[in-house]
Amino acid sequence: MALSSFEREQQRHEQRRLMALLAPGMFWLLVFFLVPLLVILVYSFLTNGPRGNLLWQPTLQNYVDLFTQASYVNAYVRSLWISGLTTLFALLLGYPLALFIVKQPPRVRLVLLILVLIPFWTNFLVRIYAWQIILANNGLINATLAALGLPTLFLLNTEGATLLGLVYGEVPFMVLPIYAALDRFDFTLMEAGADLGASKWRAFWHIMLPMTMPGVAAGAVLVFIPTIGQFVVSELLGGAKVDYIGNLIQRLFLRSNPPNWPLGSAMSTVMMIVLLGFILLYFRSTTEEDR
Amino acid sequence: MHKGYAIELANVVKRFGEVAAVDHVTLQIHDGEFFSLLGPSGCGKTTTLRMIAGFEYPSGGELMIHGRPMATVPPHHRPVNTVFQSYALFPHMTVAQNVAFGLKMKRVPKAELGARVQAALDMVRLAGFAERYPRQMSGGQQQRVALARALVNQPEVLLLDEPLGALDQKLRKEMQLELKSLQHRVGITFIFVTHDQEEALTMSDRIAVMNQGKVLQVGTPTEIYERPTCKFVADFIGETNFIEGKVVEQGDEYATIQTPDGLQLRGYTPLPVNVGEAATLSLRPEKARLILPIHARPDDAFTMPVHVEMITYIGSDTRITVRLNEGRTLDVWEQNTLSTLDRNAYWQPGEAAVLVCPPANALVLTE
Repeated sequence: MALSSFEREQQRHEQRRLMALLAPGMFWLLVFFLVPLLVILVYSFLTNGPRGNLLWQPTLQNYVDLFTQASYVNAYVRSLWISGLTTLFALLLGYPLALFIVKQPPRVRLVLLILVLIPFWTNFLVRIYAWQIILANNGLINATLAALGLPTLFLLNTEGATLLGLVYGEVPFMVLPIYAALDRFDFTLMEAGADLGASKWRAFWHIMLPMTMPGVAAGAVLVFIPTIGQFVVSELLGGAKVDYIGNLIQRLFLRSNPPNWPLGSAMSTVMMIVLLGFILLYFRSTTEEDR
Repeated sequence: MHKGYAIELANVVKRFGEVAAVDHVTLQIHDGEFFSLLGPSGCGKTTTLRMIAGFEYPSGGELMIHGRPMATVPPHHRPVNTVFQSYALFPHMTVAQNVAFGLKMKRVPKAELGARVQAALDMVRLAGFAERYPRQMSGGQQQRVALARALVNQPEVLLLDEPLGALDQKLRKEMQLELKSLQHRVGITFIFVTHDQEEALTMSDRIAVMNQGKVLQVGTPTEIYERPTCKFVADFIGETNFIEGKVVEQGDEYATIQTPDGLQLRGYTPLPVNVGEAATLSLRPEKARLILPIHARPDDAFTMPVHVEMITYIGSDTRITVRLNEGRTLDVWEQNTLSTLDRNAYWQPGEAAVLVCPPANALVLTE
């Protein structure tokens, strides 16, 4: 169908309006997101000078170091491992909690959702310091154990404490998308499952879990990605005993003498590529759901 | 072998907080019967069905399936299956996977499972749709998948919760007949919940009419329509004229009531009545006849002089509103047995007429 000139004029007008809506966000992303990203990418191929100054000599040495030196490779493996564990525990805690909230009457739901979000009203760092107080050798838990005449435990500055702190911080990011998925879930389907001979557990496994998978996947992405680059929790609760990728990057940029920005940039780049892989996997899984 | 009734409810009560949604319901449903629970929304019919399915547990009374008490049996161990109002098909599974679900839960061997799923899909004429997803199908097709998914398990009783509610009128009529013939073929007891009286009359062997948590009457469609035992049933099923009065004479099967303005009317009494009791005469509009005053004979059983007030021609029938001398109006339906455009063949507004109704066509009800 041919469009009249008036219609074409209308279309052009509409397109201009849409572009106007797009422009501010586009500008923001370009300047404050894409440019720094490019800077990091360029740095990662440069040579570090003797005093930590940049030498404009292109090299692949940063990437070679990264994949050959055991301490770096270990840091990657360790980060992936603890992020995976954090995601798993956040899921095991978050799914039942989300289900519990969805099953409440609307007013109670709202209160419970606010309770889930309340920790965000306090700075994350402050909350992690609070965990230090709880876990310390003479902290809340050990003081209680001592008062009861029980042997005290070595809790703070362990990998367990790191995991605890990470799970604690990430559970809300798991609860919210799963809650959203469960909120859309038609619980009549669980009755249909029971009617067809499925126990509660089997109905969950065959019906509720697959149907809320998009929520689980979104939660997993929201938890996994920030966890892999974290350095605060492993330093404050884990005692910086072992290196995670975030700790290494932070050290190379800020603490080591001399600093090594090119190597830090290469590490960041590899981390981003790994995460990009996970995100693509996530998008593939969600688009398959929709098909 | 099963003994006794397919389903038996004895004084079953279900309370939600203070409210009794189901109030001392006693029902016996026979094997192989097409049994309907009919009533307005909130009458307790769906709650009754959900108790049979096991989604709700009775607050009191006894519920048995083929003689086995069901008080503590969870839904997944009951020999019944449900067709849900919303169909509740699993959207993430294909049609074949939906139908196979119950068999999979019972760990039916793969080879047998495939054959049974195929047979069930054949039965509802969806053989070519096995690999489709529910969202790719029309409402009527989804409805048939829900039927296949339930029947493939060979339940002792099939429970249907307003399964035709979401379909359009034409499809609904088709499905009514299809369901009924399906029930004949499989020979399974069907318990069918509906608020649509026509649907219940069309399909059921027997109907229980419910209101406010109580069963008011149980009977065949003919019994429910022709011999309702209370005003609610007479009013809910079909249409009727009510005339209030007092019993002045009472015989074996018939009684006469007198209206406040002295009109005496005679009708059949489905339940015994006593002289002096307040009573209502129920007269269905198609069971009365209008004649010209000159045709009235003194031996006509019960006649009332009336004036024609309003005429509505609806094709098959003409619906006539007549006014009695003392002021009230009644509805009378006449079948249009003649095909004519002659206005004189029809009643005219303002015309005087006599309403005739043999006592056997009217009912005297006290409840």
